[in-house]
Amino acid sequence: MKDSFDILIVGIGGQGTVLASNVLGEACIAEGKPVRSAETHGMAQRGGSVESHVRIGAEHGSLIAPGTADLLIAFDLLEALRYRHYLPEGGRVVTNSRFVPPTSVYMQNLQIPDESEILTGLAGLSVTCVDAAALAAEAGSTLAQNIVMLGAASVDIPLSPEALLEAVRKCVPKKTIEINEKAFRIGRSTDRGC
Amino acid sequence: MATRYLLGNEAIAHGCLEANIDFASGYPGTPSSEVIDILRSQGERSFYVEWSTNEKVAYENALAAAWCTARALFTTKHVGLNVAADPLMTSAYTGVTGGLVVLSADDPFAHSSQNEQDTRCYAHFARVPCLDPATVQEAHDMIRDAFALSEEFNLPVIFRPTTRICHSKSDVTLGEVGQEHRKGMFRRDPKQYVVIPAHTRVLHVKLNEKQQGIKKRLVELGYNHAEIRGTTGIIASGVAASYVQEVIPDDISFAKVGAYPIDEDWLRGFVERHTRVLVVEELAPVVEEAVRRVATAAEVYGKLSGTVPFEGELSPAGVALAMEKAGFAPTKSFPPASPVEGIPPRPPILCAGCMHRSAFYAMRKVFKDGIFPSDIGCYTLGLQLGGVDTTICMGASITVGSGMKQSGEERDVVCTIGDSTFLHTGIPGLLNAVYNGADMTVVILDNRITAMTGHQPNPNTGVTAMGEESTPISLDAICRACGVAFVETVDPYDLPMLLSTFRQAKEKSGVKVIIAKQPCVISARRAGMKRKPYAVDTDRCTGCGVCRSFGCPAIAFVDEKAFVTELCAGCGVCADICPAGAIRKEGRR
Repeated sequence: MKDSFDILIVGIGGQGTVLASNVLGEACIAEGKPVRSAETHGMAQRGGSVESHVRIGAEHGSLIAPGTADLLIAFDLLEALRYRHYLPEGGRVVTNSRFVPPTSVYMQNLQIPDESEILTGLAGLSVTCVDAAALAAEAGSTLAQNIVMLGAASVDIPLSPEALLEAVRKCVPKKTIEINEKAFRIGRSTDRGC
Repeated sequence: MATRYLLGNEAIAHGCLEANIDFASGYPGTPSSEVIDILRSQGERSFYVEWSTNEKVAYENALAAAWCTARALFTTKHVGLNVAADPLMTSAYTGVTGGLVVLSADDPFAHSSQNEQDTRCYAHFARVPCLDPATVQEAHDMIRDAFALSEEFNLPVIFRPTTRICHSKSDVTLGEVGQEHRKGMFRRDPKQYVVIPAHTRVLHVKLNEKQQGIKKRLVELGYNHAEIRGTTGIIASGVAASYVQEVIPDDISFAKVGAYPIDEDWLRGFVERHTRVLVVEELAPVVEEAVRRVATAAEVYGKLSGTVPFEGELSPAGVALAMEKAGFAPTKSFPPASPVEGIPPRPPILCAGCMHRSAFYAMRKVFKDGIFPSDIGCYTLGLQLGGVDTTICMGASITVGSGMKQSGEERDVVCTIGDSTFLHTGIPGLLNAVYNGADMTVVILDNRITAMTGHQPNPNTGVTAMGEESTPISLDAICRACGVAFVETVDPYDLPMLLSTFRQAKEKSGVKVIIAKQPCVISARRAGMKRKPYAVDTDRCTGCGVCRSFGCPAIAFVDEKAFVTELCAGCGVCADICPAGAIRKEGRR
């Protein structure tokens, strides 16, 4: 019955989830595919947990039901764990290998989970870890981490790399086009596995 | 005709441009704000746009424009329509000569709101048409037609998108932007526009006479339509209709309600052909109650039967569950999926360097036993810092505070309110408190902009929605004009000065106002303002954790010592807080 390819992009307000979902949407327009997406607004740059739903080929609503996403892209490792229930067992996740401890852990004296604990929590999924900060720095700016992540996830997305690159050029600030193109390519050629 | 990937609110704004809009006014509120933000950022603009001081002001401005033959748009979020409810009710009687579209965005699940009220109830209350889009494309098409419908019936038309329309994106087919604009011209007609009782009794009859025609027209226009496929049926409205379409089998009939008031004959015609009917809608059971009024034999399922939840928003999975409960088999079933437990929460917080944080810190330090009424804006996030005890609606911090004092509460009451909110509905509360002799401190958190909804200018910013410079009002002069004797403006980054001003206020009786003034960190950064970041001298840091309780997202802990991250905006307040003197401007020893 399923006619769409459903991607959930998650992260922290300010990391560029909306821009990444815009790239996917514009690539759909370039390929003539219908697309629906839903965004978190009002939390931009305020450090909250954010999510963007993108449904490639969808004709109806913009919301992805938990347990039915085809791909989870997490800009933060801890957020990957927070949203893993959107994937079915064995589902595919491409995640940043690092995470930012939420301020709540300092304010409320909570235990900060460590990376290995989080990875254990992701067991049962097909996981690719990406050191987005390092790869973005290699591309020329740590601000391009969202495009690195998108590049890394792009091999699993039913859109052509040409359409995606065209969309990247359309969505990012003009003077950063070159860096972001490079970020996309570096992300796309990064190693699989974790 | 072009196909673009657009946000619901962008598509709606484009629909307004296609409808030759002449006038737009509103007050920012999530999820409605981007509509005016997009209209005002048009490169070539041949219509008037304003961010008004509140929704009632905005409504009355737009109404007057529509009385002058213009096509006017008023925007608000659902709770803002309460503020504009007074003119809304009577404007249905006076009607309009131009087109008046009232965009009131609902927020099922209260993603960023204080309640989950349903704008469709206001449409029913005021007896005006209401259009309820199910998709982004439909939102675009409907708002364009809403102006024509308003002119056809000479009535304001409510347009009610929800969060999942406003903040969804899709491929949208657009039409051409219109180029015709009307110049406002008022035609005197006191019988129409002066609502003295003798006139209003006549106008009320005329309004009621329009209802039947509107109902038929909405069916004719295709907003309310049905497909008969079997003996059971689903009726859905708004965005819930698109969730139903995703999971409805081919042999179940489907009726979509996209506009109100609903024609009872049409509705009865659908309901009577089925033995069982499920009604799926978000928020109030508006359609369901209409269905129950016309149903004679059919069994009706919905909120009133406990099949569809009253609270929160729907989704394809939620609709499938309701169908199963009603004994209708959906085409898809959704496995129950629950989130992993025990993950530390990551709620939105005040930005690194936000001036509100130090204001809350100083307030709590000086008024240890105080009570802290607050208001609607970024600073409501001061809840996490223990600085927010009440929040009810725009402008209510000062009124709630004075009510507490006048009821006999003996502890210190310190209210917080933002500059935009103070101008919105704070001022009447302040002058009331002063005149009636309340004893309290009011902190105006003045960041020069309406930050939470996306940095819209207000009369304190010094620029209009059209981008023209204007003289910023003086908060100090307004407070003094309200009768406040103690008015002090302080820089909240100057913690010692902030603390001493709070102490002075605590010593005095009557209403005291402290204006904590510093531009919003986000707008300061956009304006190119740069401050040197701070760093921790790890030799001096004792790991005491005092800075940690300040709640700044730029302060982390590494190896039991404080660490200032790259998020630091350079406000320097943490340096004043650190008892060991371990936090300093970077590069300085």
